[in-house]
Amino acid sequence: MLDDFLVRAALAGVGVAVAAGLLGCFVVWRRMAYFGDATAHAAILGVALALLFDVSVFAGVGVVALGMALCIYGMSGRDEAVDTRLGVLAHSALALGLVAVTLVPGQRIDLDGYLFGDVLTVTRPDLAIIWSATAIVALVLWRHWSAMLTATLSADLAYAAGIDPRRQSLILTLLMAAVVAVAMKVVGALLITALLIIPAATARKYAQTPERMALLAVAIGALCAIAGLRIALVFDTPVGPTIICSAALTFLLSTIGEQLRRIGI
Amino acid sequence: MSLITATGLELRYGGQRVLQGVDMTIEPGEIVTIVGPNGSGKSTLLRVLVGALRPQKGRVDRRANLRIGYVPQKLQIDATLPMTVSRFLNLPARVSAVAEVTALQTAGVPHVADRQMSDLSGGQFQRVMLARAILGRPDLLMLDEATQGLDQPGSAAFYQQIEAVRRDLGCAVLMVSHELHVVMSASDRVICLNGHVCCEGTPEVVSAAPAYRELFGTGTGGALALYRHEHDHGHHHHEAAE
Repeated sequence: MLDDFLVRAALAGVGVAVAAGLLGCFVVWRRMAYFGDATAHAAILGVALALLFDVSVFAGVGVVALGMALCIYGMSGRDEAVDTRLGVLAHSALALGLVAVTLVPGQRIDLDGYLFGDVLTVTRPDLAIIWSATAIVALVLWRHWSAMLTATLSADLAYAAGIDPRRQSLILTLLMAAVVAVAMKVVGALLITALLIIPAATARKYAQTPERMALLAVAIGALCAIAGLRIALVFDTPVGPTIICSAALTFLLSTIGEQLRRIGI
Repeated sequence: MSLITATGLELRYGGQRVLQGVDMTIEPGEIVTIVGPNGSGKSTLLRVLVGALRPQKGRVDRRANLRIGYVPQKLQIDATLPMTVSRFLNLPARVSAVAEVTALQTAGVPHVADRQMSDLSGGQFQRVMLARAILGRPDLLMLDEATQGLDQPGSAAFYQQIEAVRRDLGCAVLMVSHELHVVMSASDRVICLNGHVCCEGTPEVVSAAPAYRELFGTGTGGALALYRHEHDHGHHHHEAAE
């Protein structure tokens, strides 16, 4: 079954969508979208380094995304002028990455594959890495769910309950780096944040509790991954952006539905 | 044995000295109120006692296994986070359905369990916060300006609820408030704070102590008339961060 590249692509898409759906809820609740963007943009630098030193792209991206995420984590909470420095850091890393990729000797690199994803070339080892990362994200979130939710509600409430909110944001930071590393292959560096926030934002409209929102975001993300893949094959469009387009469409439809319900149609 | 003892607390925020040489203790079962003008460090002191802030100097000693119920100054739940009252009460630890119902009843909001937190009125929201704080059967209940945003009848009713909760649970209560007239009548002990402890004691003692007029002014009308006194007091740092 895994010999079929379409099956591999679908499994990769669903795996990444599951991890992104879970983590994406926290990204939305904690308003970390920009954090996601910065981490993902820096990932291109990881690609360049991986090619230069001839190591796995997952490893290169993972390490740079982790470094970037830790930088942001260190900056946050110190003062309010983080926004500008974040922007400088993120876009410098992106630009440096784009330049560095072209300097890699020997081979012409298909940059599009890293910017917009290249899910049709997913290999069995890629799949193993993607689903391992998804399993880790799901397990860690499961373990820390209540503590993270409490810290998300209020740092002081967390402290009063003996939870260290800084520790919870550090864990989220690490998970973010992991998701960025594996989502690169599916939707590319530029659209990772979209995969994090759009399914979660759609799920918000139908959820009464945080848990239902997370499960719904996972379901929506997975369906969009499969639907996007099919649509891309029919119309011969790039898979990653098509997945995000289907996610955007579900968000649009749910918003229209919500408005219609509100005015009583 | 005291529930919590703070010794020689000193804390600075970006060069501003917010707390200096603060000593205080809370005994089991007593209601203590911290009063002080804006920027006097009331909330900061509470957050140090809860453990959310670390003082640069001094120490906080808690009785072993002290259970604290905490109602913070304000809680803004992000609109993107769906949260029923029931789910909120079960954070971070799951509680039994019976405990949940009992806590809501004790806090005076028996019928809101299935509502969204965002749909509650200000008074209901604060009572749900109170319900959550008492779920763990705390030894010490801490409330930080818990009646902010409530109108006067609303806040009077809320303080009555606190006294009822104290009767039910036998816990100590530590409150921060600027509503002197409401709060002081309900307190066993009042601590007047302005960066340091200006004076403390029973409401009668504090209201007679030479630390008030300067802090709270004389133009606040009848409600404060009880606490006026004749002494001058040399504090003028009203703009420090809270």
